[in-house]
Amino acid sequence: MGQIQLNQVTKSFGDVQVIPPLDLTIEDGEFTVFVGPSGCGKSTLLRLIAGLEDITSGHIAIDGADATNLPPAKRGLAMVFQSYALYPHMSVRKNIAFPMRMAKMPEDEQNRRIEAAAKALNLTDYLDRRPGQLSGGQRQRVAIGRAIVREPSAFLFDEPLSNLDAALRVGMRLEISEMHERLKATMIYVTHDQVEAMTMADKIVVLRAGFIEQVGSPLELYHKPRNTFVAGFIGSPKMNLIEGPEAQKHGVHTIGIRPEHVQVSKTEGTWKGTVGVAEHLGSDTYIHVHETGLGDLFTVRISGDIPVRHGDTIFLTPDMEQLHKFDENGLRLP
Amino acid sequence: MATQHSRSAARMMLAPAVVLLLGWMLVPLIMTLYFSFKKYLPLRGGDLGWAGFDNYVRFVTSSAFWPSVQATLIIVGGTLLITVVFGVLLGLLLNQPMWGQGVVRILVIAPFFVMPTVSALVWKNMFMDPVNGLFAHLWKFFGAEPVVWLSDASLFSIITIVSWQWLPFATLILLTAIQSLDGEQLEASEMDGAPVLKRFYYIVLPHLGRAITIVILIETIFLLSIFAEIFVTTGGAFGSRTLTYLIFQRVLESQNVGLGSAGGVYAIILANIVAIFLMRIVGKNLDA
Ligand SMILES: Nc1ncnc2c1ncn2[C@@H]1O[C@H](COP(=O)(O)OP(=O)(O)OP(=O)(O)O)[C@@H](O)[C@H]1O
Ligand SMILES: [Mg+2]
Repeated sequence: MGQIQLNQVTKSFGDVQVIPPLDLTIEDGEFTVFVGPSGCGKSTLLRLIAGLEDITSGHIAIDGADATNLPPAKRGLAMVFQSYALYPHMSVRKNIAFPMRMAKMPEDEQNRRIEAAAKALNLTDYLDRRPGQLSGGQRQRVAIGRAIVREPSAFLFDEPLSNLDAALRVGMRLEISEMHERLKATMIYVTHDQVEAMTMADKIVVLRAGFIEQVGSPLELYHKPRNTFVAGFIGSPKMNLIEGPEAQKHGVHTIGIRPEHVQVSKTEGTWKGTVGVAEHLGSDTYIHVHETGLGDLFTVRISGDIPVRHGDTIFLTPDMEQLHKFDENGLRLP
Repeated sequence: MATQHSRSAARMMLAPAVVLLLGWMLVPLIMTLYFSFKKYLPLRGGDLGWAGFDNYVRFVTSSAFWPSVQATLIIVGGTLLITVVFGVLLGLLLNQPMWGQGVVRILVIAPFFVMPTVSALVWKNMFMDPVNGLFAHLWKFFGAEPVVWLSDASLFSIITIVSWQWLPFATLILLTAIQSLDGEQLEASEMDGAPVLKRFYYIVLPHLGRAITIVILIETIFLLSIFAEIFVTTGGAFGSRTLTYLIFQRVLESQNVGLGSAGGVYAIILANIVAIFLMRIVGKNLDA
């Protein structure tokens, strides 16, 4: 229960077409992540699926049944908003009960589900508080609780963790993944965060200006980006893309090499450059290298620590196995 | 840096303002209290000495007292009801995107800028006049007998006029409150399966609680003392004599300053009773 199919869906605000014709199928039980630069239409797409925004043309089917003109409440989907969108004047219990109350569910069934959700989300002690008296993470859990009690066929998340601090984010990320394993429900998740996308997704959808650039598993996108946009977008720090003579040596327009696939030496290597800023993360070091003659700034990532200083000369050797090649249209070459 | 010196300088600087404010509030209050214990008839012998509680007793036992309290409460309550209900509805309406929004909003606010005397006269002569008023024409058009508004339905007429004046205020405050409602909350409740009316009842109305409280409290302060609207329409006749108007009649028409002052003290007490009731009922909306 929870297969979602978009068929030639478009969306325009006035004259501006935000989503050009788009086809996408999200399988039952799949964890799908939408990523893309700001303003590319991720939220819009999610809201189209939710029914909060009317689609301009095309069709949406949920579980095979046409849902194009169905109001949001009838689609059987639950959404978790970035701002949590809790009802401030209701207690946590009432917030969680709200969708069930609207569905006129029997009282004891409501209570049973509230207790179960509160237990799963560690909210039992907070049921009688108002949202204003909770921390950000707790509010987020209430929002999730409100979504799960309805037992929806799919969950929609719009950047649910972006208001949380880094530590809490890691915790909630695990909790959501855990919840996905347990409920086996379809989930669609919008995020800016590379790590969230890579770790949580069964399937990542990369969007640019409303177009789907690539759909695939996280590792597929990492190892076989279909074009230079996806190559630059997936992975952190981003892939080094090199044009010009160095690429021509390989007989292509552009070559790409990820920062982690470059060997560093102080004495010899394929390319020579000057060390710029080095970011020491403890486990890894990111070195930004200037004056390589390869175009833009070049980034390398090495595990552990390395004693380099600003201005040192450094030699770089790419791992040829991991070289990506692209033609003049930016498309991947085998 | 607040040294001893600068602090005393600050006190000196503030002193005139404090004294002025104190005088402003205390002098009239004390004079009212003073006169309320006097037998003071300016045109019939002037100051005739102390009267004890005579004025107080005479004012409450007069047959006009309780009806005037009742009329005051009906006008205040009726106006509050109308302005809050229609204020919410108009606020919701004006919040919708529509053509000519800016002009419409200004038009809605306009009545607030019309002086009470003027608006009451306009209503009296142009709408409610039983011969030439618009309502009379309307009634006649449908073949009905024109209503003599100001005498047959005097309280209702005054409530209508006062509501017309205060509706813009309520609308304005409630509109800004509606605009501050988080759209995602409404969307969330929509996804939770709440139809329009339930969204209004469970989400919008609680959100407006505080704004409604403010409207009620502020309007009450001003409505308890409305005067011009009554003065130019019914002149206090036909059961439309409020406590304020009664005091006016005692002081100016019967030239009894002592009796009027005692009435003024009763008005203060009434205002406080109303305030306590209101704070009990709606005041909790202001916390948190
Ligand atoms: N109600 C609207 N009216 C007009 N244009 C809109 C509206 N909502 C969104 N847009 C436009 O649609 C485009 C996509 O917006 P959307 O909110 O989907 O971006 P996003 O991918 O979610 O971005 P972000 O990552 O910053 O949240 C943007 O260019 C935005 O300006
Ligand atoms: Mg967005």
